[in-house]
Amino acid sequence: MTDLSPTPDAPEVLPESAVAPPDHTAGVEGRPEPHKAGMVCFLVSEAAFFSTLIMAYVIFLRHGSAGPTPAEALSLPLVLGNTACLLLSSVTVHLAERSLRKGNVGTFRLLWAATILLGVLFLVGTAVEWRGLIRDHGLTIGVNLFGTTYYTLVGFHAFHVTLGVLSLTAVLGVSARGLLPGTAPLPVTLVGWYWHFVDIVWVVVFLVVYVLGR
Amino acid sequence: MATAEAEPAAAPAAATRPPWTATLHGWVVTVDHKKLGILYVLMAVGFILVAGAAALMMRLQLWAPNLALLPPTTFNQFFTLHGTTMVFFVGMPLLIGIANFAVPLMIGARDMAFPRLNAFGFWATLFGGLLVYFSMVVPGGPPAVGWFAYAPLTENSFARGPGVDCWALGLIVSGFGTTTAAINFAVTTLSLRCPGMTLRKVPFFVWVMFWTSVQILVVMPPLTAALVMLEFDRQLGAHFFDTQAGGSAYLWQHLFWFFGHPEVYILVLPAFGMISEVVPVFSRKVLFGYEFMAAATAAIAFISLGVWAHHMFAVGMSRALDLFFAAASMLVSIPTGIKLFNWLATVYGGKLVLKSPMLFALGFLSMFVIGGLTGIILACAPVDLQVTDTYFVVGHFHWVLIGGTVFGIFSAIHYWYPKATGRMLSERLAKWQFWLLFLGFILTFAPMHVAGILGMPRRIYTYGPGRGWELWNQLATLGALLQAPSYLLFAYNIVASLWKGKPAGDDPWDAWTLEWATPSPPPAYNFAVVPTVRSRRPLWDLKHPDDPDWKYE
Ligand SMILES: [Cu+2]
Repeated sequence: MTDLSPTPDAPEVLPESAVAPPDHTAGVEGRPEPHKAGMVCFLVSEAAFFSTLIMAYVIFLRHGSAGPTPAEALSLPLVLGNTACLLLSSVTVHLAERSLRKGNVGTFRLLWAATILLGVLFLVGTAVEWRGLIRDHGLTIGVNLFGTTYYTLVGFHAFHVTLGVLSLTAVLGVSARGLLPGTAPLPVTLVGWYWHFVDIVWVVVFLVVYVLGR
Repeated sequence: MATAEAEPAAAPAAATRPPWTATLHGWVVTVDHKKLGILYVLMAVGFILVAGAAALMMRLQLWAPNLALLPPTTFNQFFTLHGTTMVFFVGMPLLIGIANFAVPLMIGARDMAFPRLNAFGFWATLFGGLLVYFSMVVPGGPPAVGWFAYAPLTENSFARGPGVDCWALGLIVSGFGTTTAAINFAVTTLSLRCPGMTLRKVPFFVWVMFWTSVQILVVMPPLTAALVMLEFDRQLGAHFFDTQAGGSAYLWQHLFWFFGHPEVYILVLPAFGMISEVVPVFSRKVLFGYEFMAAATAAIAFISLGVWAHHMFAVGMSRALDLFFAAASMLVSIPTGIKLFNWLATVYGGKLVLKSPMLFALGFLSMFVIGGLTGIILACAPVDLQVTDTYFVVGHFHWVLIGGTVFGIFSAIHYWYPKATGRMLSERLAKWQFWLLFLGFILTFAPMHVAGILGMPRRIYTYGPGRGWELWNQLATLGALLQAPSYLLFAYNIVASLWKGKPAGDDPWDAWTLEWATPSPPPAYNFAVVPTVRSRRPLWDLKHPDDPDWKYE
């Protein structure tokens, strides 16, 4: 039978004595956890955003205009190092989660910090790469279409890495203060997902910009 | 809890009423989905009056050949603001606002999944809108580029003032708001439905809002990306759409319409959902073919992602692309047709109750189909080549957006206003509003089709005599003058009925979904006890324990 109780004289505020309103963010049993579902939705929209930037990059590829071309300007060694950092950081974040699930908080913090370090290394690598591009090749966003699309795509990715590093750091800080209870706290899971997503985007960017498009 | 302050109006305890500053503060800091929904609607009503006034001025300017009521630049700025406002700051906020109010109540939830994110969504939308209108006071004034802002007109060389920047940044900011709202709706629907409410048992409006959210999640970010590219062009000297440096005006068209076409469905799918709630209740029958309707909704959401370039036939794409996009566009008419026949089948044989929500729903059913038919005409690439960028197109999309979206929204507001405020709207004013709108709308937009076929381009600020366009323009302007009071009546009705309206009671329409099981207006916590449902019409089950729906579903 339908269990509904329309209350004709409902109070403005539910009295303490009444059935406490459910903690609605906990969701309903058997349904997806709201924060996880929200993160998935957010990542879908992020994927749509990056797809657009990648599309624009591909469309303008080899649109011969004056100035440096990808083949002239982009060099692999540095970016391979960058890529290795990011891929490795996906492994460390995964291992960090696993050690936390096993109750090994110390290892978790260590691996989590390593992830942050690798993310920072990636950003430093990108900065070095950009300095070379600007100084040695004269490639800026306004020089030609390659500069326009390259800096936009790689720049937005680096921006997302930056956000990721900040989120990772926040989680580490919360954990260091002992405020992350349980073996699989939501912030760890969600930031982990975000970090994996940023890595996957990089793999695509790397393939498009440095491998296929060079 | 931040929601402890008194509900507005209808508070009999006048002696203990909090000072107005406290009430205002309560509304500004609220994270309650009902209040945010109401704020969305109020914001949209404000914008509709502004953008409507702009439309009226443009119609007056086109009353006769060679009038000089509005200078050319002002005219261009007006149609840009009118289009942008109606799409982003009237249409979407109304739909999102109504859904914000209704969806959690309809699924027996306490609030949206992320209440603070919900508040962020509202404020981002409002400030995005204000940012667009901030262009009124910058040098050069508002953008004069049209709502789809084709490149390279938006580039520095052609739009020198910061008007376009206000426009682009405003849309980026409000786009964040819309995206967060979509995340909220999707998660609320997936995770917070009350026990027993499987996805096959959700009220149809909720189902439709879920698919609308999916569409927003997929198409809003590409628009944001395109706007960012535009701003990079303008502010950083990039060349995405800068045709003089090898950039592509064509790319902007693809990016914009990849958002722009699904946007049409973002604007009309929720109206489909609203109609699907109102028509059954006022026909006293269940929604005919719920499963088919549900599948058709998902089909529309998918197909409409692959038809955008029907806005670009005149660009000169390839023959293959023209054929593909024409065929894909016509495909959308199949699920849409399924919906129409299901609504008709719901009405058929029903005991019709011709109250204002139903009146607007019937207005929707009769008018939307005509807009759909001219849509099929425009989907034929050869026909489109003849009438593209003429008043035929203007007539067509206003027919869909007013005949579809606006009638749906009015139907929904007349349906849920009693729930939101505890008061009934005046039926007398509502009937006046309906007939003024219905007749004024036809008189405004039907002649536009003729003017378009006669070759009148859209977006011209005036025209010479002797082309046979005068009569059609005059009819359209008369229609606009007829329509205008209906919006004012509506604004008056929703304000005045707060005090003058008859008390509504919990369930004035004898309806079947969960929101009508709460008091009107619902308390902050919605349901004192989490409801459990067993069918698509839980209140029917409650009212007819001898003959519950769940025995048959
Ligand atoms: Cu379209």
